[in-house]
Amino acid sequence: MSSLVIRGAQPYGEGEPVDIAVRDGVIAEIGARLDADGAEVIDAGGLVALPGFVDLHTHLREPGREDTETIESGSRAAALGGYTAVFAMANTDPVADNAVIVEHVWRRGREVGLVDVHPVGAVTVGLKGEKLAELGTMARSAARVRVFSDDGLCVADPLIMRRALEYTKALDAVIAQHAEEPRLTVGAQAHEGELAARLGLAGWPAVAEESIVARDCLLALHVGARLHVCHVSTEGTAEVLRWAKGRGTRVSAEVTPHHLLLDDERLTTYDPVNKVNPPLRTSTDAKALRAALAEGTVDCVATDHAPHASQDKDCEWSAARPGMLGLQTALPIVVETMVNPGLLDWRGVARVMSERPAEIAGLPDQGRPIAVGEPATLTLVDPAGRWTVRGADLASIAANTPYEGMELPGVVVATLLRGAVTARDGKVTA
Amino acid sequence: MPPRDRGAPEPAGQRELLSAGDVARTIARMAHQVIEKTSLGASGASPVVLLGIPTRGAPLAARLAARIAEFSDIGVPVGTLDVTLYRDDLRRKPTRPLGATALPPGGIEDALVILVDDVLFSGRTIRAALDALRDAGRPRAVQLAVLVDRGHRELPIRADYVGKNVPTARAEEVNVLFEETDGRDAVLLRRAGERA
Amino acid sequence: MRHLLSTDGLDPATALAILDTADGLKRTLLGREVRKLPTLRGRTVITMFYENSTRTRVSFEIAGKWMSADVVNVSAGGSSVSKGESLRDTALTLAAAGADCVIVRHPASGAAHRIAGWLAAAGTSVVNAGDGTHEHPTQALLDAATLRDRLGRIDGRRVAIVGDVLHSRVARSNVHLLTSLGAEVVLVAPPTLLPVGVADWPVGAAGSLRVSHELDPELPTLDAVMMLRVQAERMHGGFFPSAREYAIAYGLGEARARMLPKHAVVLHPGPMLRGMEIAAAVADSPRAAITDQVANGVHVRMAVLYHLLAGEEDNS
Repeated sequence: MSSLVIRGAQPYGEGEPVDIAVRDGVIAEIGARLDADGAEVIDAGGLVALPGFVDLHTHLREPGREDTETIESGSRAAALGGYTAVFAMANTDPVADNAVIVEHVWRRGREVGLVDVHPVGAVTVGLKGEKLAELGTMARSAARVRVFSDDGLCVADPLIMRRALEYTKALDAVIAQHAEEPRLTVGAQAHEGELAARLGLAGWPAVAEESIVARDCLLALHVGARLHVCHVSTEGTAEVLRWAKGRGTRVSAEVTPHHLLLDDERLTTYDPVNKVNPPLRTSTDAKALRAALAEGTVDCVATDHAPHASQDKDCEWSAARPGMLGLQTALPIVVETMVNPGLLDWRGVARVMSERPAEIAGLPDQGRPIAVGEPATLTLVDPAGRWTVRGADLASIAANTPYEGMELPGVVVATLLRGAVTARDGKVTA
Repeated sequence: MPPRDRGAPEPAGQRELLSAGDVARTIARMAHQVIEKTSLGASGASPVVLLGIPTRGAPLAARLAARIAEFSDIGVPVGTLDVTLYRDDLRRKPTRPLGATALPPGGIEDALVILVDDVLFSGRTIRAALDALRDAGRPRAVQLAVLVDRGHRELPIRADYVGKNVPTARAEEVNVLFEETDGRDAVLLRRAGERA
Repeated sequence: MRHLLSTDGLDPATALAILDTADGLKRTLLGREVRKLPTLRGRTVITMFYENSTRTRVSFEIAGKWMSADVVNVSAGGSSVSKGESLRDTALTLAAAGADCVIVRHPASGAAHRIAGWLAAAGTSVVNAGDGTHEHPTQALLDAATLRDRLGRIDGRRVAIVGDVLHSRVARSNVHLLTSLGAEVVLVAPPTLLPVGVADWPVGAAGSLRVSHELDPELPTLDAVMMLRVQAERMHGGFFPSAREYAIAYGLGEARARMLPKHAVVLHPGPMLRGMEIAAAVADSPRAAITDQVANGVHVRMAVLYHLLAGEEDNS
């Protein structure tokens, strides 16, 4: 007997609406007018069914800054945003550079149970960029770490980066690089361009990202390893990736919702809610990133969800920490920047929000097809819905959203993780 | 409020109180009064200095001096004294540009200074002028000449020379026009509640 | 006018009104024994300096005192700032304590903008007395006042700004103000000391802006040359090979000064590094307007306080 029937949803926004019956966490049947027979029913008329979203880039802040986000509050935000798996970045305090911390994060995620929380392991001890962390131990731990990153900082030393790429080949893991040449970004505060120069904000030049991406692509090709590029922010990086992929480099890349939507024109208020690393670039970059995502040069969307306390944001620009909330606003921004302008259809959304990230991270049970026998890990989206962002109403403890007051299209109506409804109609249900 | 309909209304809802001819005659009369009251030219009399308060006190002072010279053959030094920085009502109006302060070359030490303004109303401008004068020097005595006294004093200040006393309602406006600043000579009354 | 945060976006009519007021104040106070006006009696002005700058702080303090405002100085070292209080809390505290105007110098670009935002409800005016490498609007206004004194007018005049434009808030404020008042501004510096895309900055429509890397060809056509300070940390930051090479290429020595037209004025925002960006003999020559700049600084800052505090409440 089915535990749940989703009535009248449109998988991938294609074809006639169908009913989807779920049994034992698996899609048991897909068809017209299935018999609910006492099972819970979700009326999904007019909704698009997609595989649950996977975020390769989330900061959950636990351990260390539980005043801004915890694994629990972040899991709630993820479920409400349509996510069924998130990758928790390693720059916690203490740093997730050992099996003890990554297992703690993994266990806390399981206890909360709203979303699969996969810890990302640090590449180097303490994110210092000097000595490889115990990547193998983390990979073999209960947390089964398959993504390693010093995110927030770049693995700048080319020899350390080469070793990390080579070593992870044996672990079937991937290095996710925060591409930022540190010598070119000393004191950097904003995208190096005409506007930042006028505002007196020290520049973060595009070339500081592009040169590292180019170097890492060459290294990855040379040692035959996989590389993932975090938060691609410039048109030039997209060009480098196109070139590298053309040469057969095993490189994947993500773009954040904010780099798709926002640009450096927002900086004129000096409000640090717009401060993020890498910085908001120009509108030309944003346009190029949308095109790169549409064509697959950039593989997926990742939030770089980065909660910060108000005292770290409601201050002068240079004193503020970089980062913005992203989990609950990611889909609406993809709808706004990609779906509504016709750059991506719903099958494309499934690809960039779910299938490709699951593939990059090697998750066997996420980003699966909506088909009988597959896990009932799904997100139901109302494509016609609109909502106004209020930072205080978001599930995160912190409220640092740059989209405050913005009306966005696309509402996540329900999220299912292996048959369990984790969020429905804007409320966490599990 | 009693109706006031002497004279023909001006197009902008204003009524003419003094014509160009009235203005000229009034200034001439004031010049005679100054000559008489200050014993101008008499031995032992203090030297007289006219200080016009910008904007329209300045041309009025110059005209008074010209009439005095005409009637007495005595050239009275003329200057201007801007009082903007001494006003106590600056915060009630948009930021005012400063007017010019130009004391005559001989200064005002020990002189009989006659402050000259177009309209005497609350008296606050004159209070500010007295403060400004104190910072500018030490005259022997200070007198006040105005073309129109419209009443409604808020301070114990009175004029020594008044061209015309005009009873007004507080909300009315008295506008003095001079050839030098406005292209013609006249004194107009704008009724309460009417806007140009 | 509610705040003075930048000259970028300051409309030329307002800028000229401030300069005219400064002129009027200067004439009013000329030759007086008692330099005190009652204009801002009862108003409280607080200077908040998070960077040491005796000359700017003193200039504002004198300006406030000559207008009879109560001036209170808060320095970062001697307040709760050193105990880690946030800029926001400090600003809100000073406003709550009754500040009508806060004058702020801060190492972070945009700090004055932020404070103006936090104090929007308090009605307190904010003057930017230098924020990071962004702007220093009163310095530009006093430079403009000095140029107007010396040259009669600003529009149509050609002014070179020489040196570390990249890190200079004085240069940024002058570029916006002088071009909006119709000057032709030439920035002269090595490429490493010029801001990105500076040639494309939107500037005042009445004037123009261009960039040059060579000082000598510019000199004979200039009406004024403004020498910027070269800070010690830039010398060690690899922005140019050596102090000697900089002085040879961009320093205003006596021989260079002779290439200027007779009427041309030399400005320097101070403090000067004699022998580095400017030769002592040039700094002390009659064409140098450096002490005029300091004197005008007081009158311009009085004028700014007058325009911010002496009119009716302005919430724009």
